[in-house]
Amino acid sequence: MFDLDRWNEIFITISRNKIRSILTAFGVFWGIFMLVALLGGGNGLGSLITGQMSDIASNSCVMWSSRTSEAYKGFRKGRWWQINNRDIEIIKAKVKGLDEISPLITPWTPTSDNAVRGDRKGTFSVQGTYANFNKIDKHTMQYGRYLNDLDVMDERKVCIIGQRVYEALFNRGEDPIGKDIRVDGVYYKVIGVGRGSDNLNFSGDKDEMITVPFTIMQKLYNYGDNVDNVFALAKPGVAVSEMQEEMEAILKNNHSIAPHDRQAINSFNIENMLKQVTGLILGVNVLAFIVGMGTLLAGIIGVSNIMMVTVRERTQEIGIRRALGAKPSTIMTQIMSESFTLTAIAGFLGISFAVLILQLVDVGLAAGSEGTAVFQISFFTAVVAGLIIIILGTLAGLGPAFRAMKIKPIEALSEE
Amino acid sequence: MPTIIKLKNINKTYYSGAPLHVLKGIDLEIDRGELVSIMGASGSGKSTLLNILGILDNYDTGEYHLNDVLIKNLSETRAAYFRNKLIGFIFQSFNLISFKNAMENVALPLYYQKTGRKTRNKMALEYLDRLGLKEWAYHMPNELSGGQKQRVAIARALISKPQIILADEPTGALDSKTSAEVLDVLKKVNATGMTMIIVTHESGIANQTNKIIRLKDGVIEKIEDNSEHSFSHFDIQNIK
Ligand SMILES: Nc1ncnc2c1ncn2[C@@H]1O[C@H](COP(=O)(O)OP(=O)(O)O)[C@@H](O)[C@H]1O
Ligand SMILES: [Mg+2]
Repeated sequence: MFDLDRWNEIFITISRNKIRSILTAFGVFWGIFMLVALLGGGNGLGSLITGQMSDIASNSCVMWSSRTSEAYKGFRKGRWWQINNRDIEIIKAKVKGLDEISPLITPWTPTSDNAVRGDRKGTFSVQGTYANFNKIDKHTMQYGRYLNDLDVMDERKVCIIGQRVYEALFNRGEDPIGKDIRVDGVYYKVIGVGRGSDNLNFSGDKDEMITVPFTIMQKLYNYGDNVDNVFALAKPGVAVSEMQEEMEAILKNNHSIAPHDRQAINSFNIENMLKQVTGLILGVNVLAFIVGMGTLLAGIIGVSNIMMVTVRERTQEIGIRRALGAKPSTIMTQIMSESFTLTAIAGFLGISFAVLILQLVDVGLAAGSEGTAVFQISFFTAVVAGLIIIILGTLAGLGPAFRAMKIKPIEALSEE
Repeated sequence: MPTIIKLKNINKTYYSGAPLHVLKGIDLEIDRGELVSIMGASGSGKSTLLNILGILDNYDTGEYHLNDVLIKNLSETRAAYFRNKLIGFIFQSFNLISFKNAMENVALPLYYQKTGRKTRNKMALEYLDRLGLKEWAYHMPNELSGGQKQRVAIARALISKPQIILADEPTGALDSKTSAEVLDVLKKVNATGMTMIIVTHESGIANQTNKIIRLKDGVIEKIEDNSEHSFSHFDIQNIK
């Protein structure tokens, strides 16, 4: 029940020693602020990382060839081999869990000023893929369209250019669609401009990338039958690692590689990567929680200490109250309420302040070009923080309240 | 006259350090409406006795009936209830709460009776008025003189309409003129029918009460009827 009189008593006693109350409250304020801010920071870091990975389908993998490490079927070990078009077709036919597969060609380093349009030029990576590659490592299209199957089948000389490529080769505001650019000596028609938000990606920074149909690139860059990488997307519900094993078995069979050769095929599985990142984020959050809780506990212990001192100082007053008819439980609730009120006010100010700061960070990030991330804590976290404050505030008052309850009126009154 | 306080063979020993047998079998009866003083040398056990009467302290053996209720082995909560309902205290050092004004100090016992604030403060003002302190109601204790403080304390003791008033050296910290005034107030309160027990070692104070209980080394040496107020100011053999 709300008892105005009791709250009045509490506020009078708290405000009686303002400086001390404020200093004590500050400990709690700082503690909960740190806790919430750190949790928000952990949150934000996590969302920054996963946000940057969001281009890559989480159930996808990539493979590329490497030297064999075991002799097999008459071949010596240390042999070079290459994934080829036939591998792609066989994998597509045999692996049931496979949803999409796309080869990728990308020469190691582009030659200097390989992209030219009139008197404008720049150095950019070139990659050749299928149209379905966009389902695995997504371009965010700003103008025009991505490659389609016809582009690939008909070996069309078309390209998608990255944001930076556009800036280098076109005037600001100029419509690039349908315009020709020369890349490594061959003219391509621009069909789209795209960008990626991922720093963590399979094939490099999309902003500085020129993407062309796989077929034309394989021909023009003299790849013969070979491909650099093969990208695969698993069907929903299929574990990437399972699909990956099947694919590796086919590749090893096709190229006479020992079944247990662990080095001949390199692969990268975004699922595992995501797991690690999730683990990392969890770790950061746990650390944030520990540090924040530590700071908060220090603040709470401060409150408890101060309340203890206050009780000692108020022995006589408490004695008088007891002589006049205050029950021990009344005294106890009074001290508990004081500690609780002090903690609660400081705590909720701390939570509010942290939420405000986190909101400012979010707004600042949204306004800037660093991409968006959510540093703000969830409503649930805020509620939990509130509960922690309430519980700790009550606990902080417990010791001092028991001490106050133990005060005998007679001892208090004879103390002068 | 009906008896309000009945003590039977009360014993009390303090055990902090060497055991100190302070009250050694006190038998005493006090009737409703009496004005009694307890006299004795310092350390004779006056305060101890008064504290037991006021349920501020426990006794070891014997029986204490207050208002026909046996006061023995009470829980702290029950003791607090009886103190609040039945007893008004007045102390030598006033024991006002320093950060509350006169009115709030007087109203405090009613706070513990869960009386609403308005009623509480109104009653407090009435009692302060009765004690001539109306204009001082909103002053803090440190703005009051000793006599005024003690009158505030008396108002506080009276506000819960107790059965007895227990005063431990109520004039001990006051000069003789103020002492006389405070004693006058206490006598007037007694005249309304309130039982009053005053601990003092000043014969001048004791002489104005109707019965003097002389305590010596933890036993009642004698109980004098002083309704004639004939106790000599110059009989100092038992004092200090
Ligand atoms: N809480 C206590 N613990 C131990 N000894 C006490 C306590 N209170 C009083 N005494 C001792 O008991 C004796 C009686 O004290 P008290 O009743 O205060 O005497 P008076 O009021 O007559 O001066 C004194 O010797 C005093 O030192
Ligand atoms: Mg004494």
